[in-house]
Amino acid sequence: MTDTAAAPTQVPLVQYLVLGDRPHLVANQCTSCGARFFDRRNACAGCFGTTFEPVDVATDGEVRAFTIVTFAAPGVPVPFVSAIIDCDGTSVRGNIVNTAPDPEHVTLGMRVRLTTISLGTDDNGTEAIGFGFEPA
Amino acid sequence: MAENVYILGITMTKFGKHADKDVVDLGAEAAMGALADAGVTMREMGILAAGNLMNASSGFGQQLQKQIGQTGIPVYNVANACATGATALRTVIMAVKSGEVDYGLAVGVEKLAGAGLLGGGGTAKTDGKVWSPKGRYGAVAPTDGRIGTDAMPGTFAQVGMEYGHKYGGASFELFAKISEKNHAHSTLNPLAAYSKRFTLEEIMGDMMIAYPNTRPMCSANCDGGAAAVVVSEAKLRTLSLEQQRRAIKISASVLTTDPYEEACQILPNVNTLTRNAAKIAYEQAGVGPEDLDLVELHDCFATAELVHYDNLMLCPEGGAVDFFNSGAPWRDGSTPVNVSGGLQSKGHPISATGIANVWEVCHHLRGEAGPRQIEGAKVGLAHVIGLGSACGVHVLEKSAA
Repeated sequence: MTDTAAAPTQVPLVQYLVLGDRPHLVANQCTSCGARFFDRRNACAGCFGTTFEPVDVATDGEVRAFTIVTFAAPGVPVPFVSAIIDCDGTSVRGNIVNTAPDPEHVTLGMRVRLTTISLGTDDNGTEAIGFGFEPA
Repeated sequence: MAENVYILGITMTKFGKHADKDVVDLGAEAAMGALADAGVTMREMGILAAGNLMNASSGFGQQLQKQIGQTGIPVYNVANACATGATALRTVIMAVKSGEVDYGLAVGVEKLAGAGLLGGGGTAKTDGKVWSPKGRYGAVAPTDGRIGTDAMPGTFAQVGMEYGHKYGGASFELFAKISEKNHAHSTLNPLAAYSKRFTLEEIMGDMMIAYPNTRPMCSANCDGGAAAVVVSEAKLRTLSLEQQRRAIKISASVLTTDPYEEACQILPNVNTLTRNAAKIAYEQAGVGPEDLDLVELHDCFATAELVHYDNLMLCPEGGAVDFFNSGAPWRDGSTPVNVSGGLQSKGHPISATGIANVWEVCHHLRGEAGPRQIEGAKVGLAHVIGLGSACGVHVLEKSAA
């Protein structure tokens, strides 16, 4: 990082990824029932409440389900590991990264933590940053 | 008290590649087959419900009428993912049950041979890119493959793995054995797209699609149609004794969606809505899972079949692995499951599936299933899941007449 005015800017892959010193995910939490959602909301799918507050999602979690995708739509690099992570009670979908994509290295119940991944820069020099989970 | 309703006629086309037929041809073949099986014509039909998911905005029902009979009756073109066929059937059942019509025709058709992977979307970015947020998550790039998988094989793989994590015992080999069963069953079904038996080694050694689902553990995209004629009990009693004898009672017809639960918008929860549909269906029918002589359930992937043993309450909660290992779902077991070969071998022409599985059950209840007949079958259940989600469950009973 430089501190010049021309420093490249970063954008998150999705708006619920917050970049910075401590990258994390943020959810819209229903103020009535506590249900958490990652997209913009009109109402709560659980209790129909209409007020939400942003909450930080835990960056550590446990793999509750995974698959190793070896055949995907054109343009999707394979193999990759898709997983459902239980982040302290909030379920998150993401890839398992920084480990071999095989059932010896990825296991049900394994502990993982959020990490970020560069997706490259665009024509304006803006870098897109994605996220994944690596073994903790 | 709403009236009882019956399947008067039902048919499915051969599933597979029909390069020389379009969806109207296949729909007409299925519809006219069902009408002939019922011994009635389009003249008697009071309603038509039609499904063709891949052309859901094309007015498929009206196209079909133009081919087999335009009588001015209402058409309901329905679309409900893989539950489209069951939704068409249920629409007709509701119309007959309400007393508005005596007869209805439900048709589901799909042409999917060579369609490849469904559900994924990985369009590559074009050159000259500028990251700009799009969609409900403000994504600057396609998320399929970057934030998990959108495609069906991996989604349902995770569904099975989640069950394994919760209850244990669900290994790659176990899922492959489920597939081995269905492919073995398919050898007796002349209408299946694939009727080849595979060894466990062949299944496990085949091309991996999304661990733990190899290619033969995935439902086969293919072409096919299915149709059913539904009749009210009052009208049925005016028909011939032969028609009454072959009629199949629809003891339960249920459609559900998934109620909100934590995680259900992260990984589709195909469990709760199936369990809910099954509970309602057993109550409506006054039968329990132990009464079922055969079950056709939505094995879109081998990993999905396992969880539905539990969801349909064919076993105690958490007991699906033991249920399978006991041999229960084999055709000579205590609760034969997918004796048609299931979607893994019979094939899965989406909109036809939810009627074709009812056809399979009816075929056995009528005692017309030939070499794959489940002897003495009196009660059966047909189940489908459309991801998103919708679940259809129908309980069918041999006619007392």
